Order: sequence, then C-alpha cells, then structure tokens
Amino acid sequence: QALVDGPCSGVRRQAMPFKCMQLTDFVLKFPHSARQKHVRVAWEKENINEKWAATRWAKKIEAREKKAKMTDFDRYKVMKAKKMRNRIIKHEMKKLLKQASKKGKKLQKAQK
Amino acid sequence: GEKKAADKKAAEAKPAEKKGSQKKLREKARKPKKHHASRNPVLARGIGRYSRSAMYARKAMYKRKYTAPETKIEKKKKEKPPATITKPVGGDKNGGSRVVKVRKMPRYYPTEDVPRKLLSHGKKPFSQHKRKLRASITPGTVLILLTGRHRGKRVVFLKQLATGLLLVTGPLAINRVPLRRAHQKFVIATSTKVDINGVRIPKHLTDAYFKKKRLRKPKHQEGEIFDTEKEKYEITEQRKSDQKAVDTQILARIKKVPQLRGYLRSTFSLSNGVYPHKLVF
Repeated sequence: QALVDGPCSGVRRQAMPFKCMQLTDFVLKFPHSARQKHVRVAWEKENINEKWAATRWAKKIEAREKKAKMTDFDRYKVMKAKKMRNRIIKHEMKKLLKQASKKGKKLQKAQK
Repeated sequence: GEKKAADKKAAEAKPAEKKGSQKKLREKARKPKKHHASRNPVLARGIGRYSRSAMYARKAMYKRKYTAPETKIEKKKKEKPPATITKPVGGDKNGGSRVVKVRKMPRYYPTEDVPRKLLSHGKKPFSQHKRKLRASITPGTVLILLTGRHRGKRVVFLKQLATGLLLVTGPLAINRVPLRRAHQKFVIATSTKVDINGVRIPKHLTDAYFKKKRLRKPKHQEGEIFDTEKEKYEITEQRKSDQKAVDTQILARIKKVPQLRGYLRSTFSLSNGVYPHKLVF
C-alpha cells in the first residue's frame, strides 16, 4: 500500500493499494512522509495541474467525459459537423483522384 | 383589533388637541412585547443551569406581580342563563306548570364516536385528481414524441392542460406537428430548452378544444350510420389561426438558437450500439 495525498487535486491523505493507481511521468521531490503542506508547496512549484492538463492522457479522459455528457441536441450538432467534414474531405479526394486519372490518361496517350 | 378601532373612534370624537397625544400613548402601550429567549441555558436534556430560585431572580418575577382580574363585588355572581324554565301547561288538575330543562341531554348516543368511512372514501373523480409533471419538463423544453403518428419527432412543449396532458407544437412549419396534446408518459424530455418567456398562448386552448368529436345519433339504422359520423377530419379555420398565432411567436425564438431549426426538423431513432439507458437526453 502507498501513502497518497492530493492537496491540489481534491484527494485526502490516505493509504491506497498500488493496484488502485497508475503512475504518471511527473515526479515531485520532497522527503518521504512529508506533511501535506510540503506536498502542496512542491506541487504548486512544479505546476503539476497545468502540466497534467496538457498531456494527451488527460485530454483523452476529458474527451471521454464530454462524450458521455452529450445531450441529444449535441449529438445532432456533432452529426452535422461530421457530415460537413466528410463532405469536404471527399470533395478534395475526388479532386485529387481526378487529377491522378487525368495524368494517367496523358501518360497512356503519350505512350501510344 | 376591535379595541383599537373603537378607541380610535373615541379619540376622534375628543377635541383635536388631545387627539395626537392620546393615540400615541395608547399605541405605545399596546406595542407587542418581544419575548426574551430562555434565560436558563441547558446543561443536558431536562437540566438547566440555574435553580428555581435563581431563575426567579433572573426573570425578575419579584417585579411581575399579577393579580387576578377583580370581579366587582357589587356585581352579582356571574349571570348564568337559567338552566331550567317553568312553562305553563294546560289541562285540568295538571299543576299548571312544568319545570323544563333548557339544555336537554342527547337522546341518542352512537356506539362509535367517529362515523364509519364510506368505501368510496378518498376516491376522487378524474377531474379532481392531482396532476403531476416531471421536473425535466418545463415550458419550452424540446420533447421527443414516442407514440402516435408523429413518433420520433422533436417538438416544443408549451404547457400542461387541465387533464394532465401536455400541449405541444411542432411548430407546424418545421415538422408538420400542429398544436396537439401529448401524454407525459410517452415522451422523452430532452435537456434542450427554448426560451418561451413572453409567449402568449391563447386561453381557449383547453382539453375541450382538442377533444375528438363524434356524432352519435343513430336515427337511421339501415346502413346510413356511417355517413353521418365524421369520417374525414377537416382542419377548421380556428385551428389554423390559433396555430399561426402561437407558431409565429415560437419560430422567432427558435431562429435565434443556431441549428435548432434543423434539430427540430430531424427525427430521433436508435441504431446499433445506441442504448437509451446510456444516453443523456
């Protein structure tokens, strides 16, 4: 079990089994078993909250939460946005394909 | 209250100079005194900090000496209404009068003091039932209709009618749903709300207005029955005008929200991997 404390993230100081947690890349330096006050100071010095929010991991979690909270109206808006985006992509694809086929035809003509 | 009024009248009758001062004195004397909180802090339940004698001193009971209101000795003992009356009685050799009680004993004592409740006790007719409305349904909420010919359509909620049904409109121009009634149970309330603050819904839109009309006069019993009953529903001019009156107000508000019009035009459906219990509406 580990002694865990999250003064700036809303976690009380408590013991927690290692299986309940996943380690991140961030490391704070303070002597082991230091008081919460020192943990807080080290945390704020390193600005962990901002660093965490910038990681891809945190962004994925946030995206998952947002998706779960989507209302019916939001789903409709997402659908429309996706549709629009796919149209644009398809349009560009078709343009490129057309160019490619034109080139191919030119080459064929030149070969003949 | 009565005393105050009577005294005020008396004060008015008196000369004007005395008026002001008399009134003020009387009103001051009658100012309701605020009661002090308990002067005996509680140590434990039922046990106060101070003894009776200490409390007597703290409450200054030595200052508060009340005497019972004096009944005037001149006044005879309370004038009770007489308990018995002597009434003259006719006939010979009857003694001429009888002593009759003014307030007689009851002639019947029921076996149960409280009368038995009827079997229909507490059973109210439908018109007096309590109507409930889910907290998620407020005026302006977008609802998804689940049954009826407009199933799957997204619709704007206007108000709850007297029978408990919901008055709902498309609006007609958006999804061909007219002013219509919907049942609360067969509707999904989304969290999307249109601001319907100043919209005026005509007062004649009640349940009677929307009730289906059926003719029931089977005078001809030889096959002409089906002709007289209303087969095809025709939209009356009044419905059209009411629809227009409500919809113009609502459409204006819908246009303010981006993409809301398209949302109301679309229909709701489930597909693979979409589970209603997991969706947030």
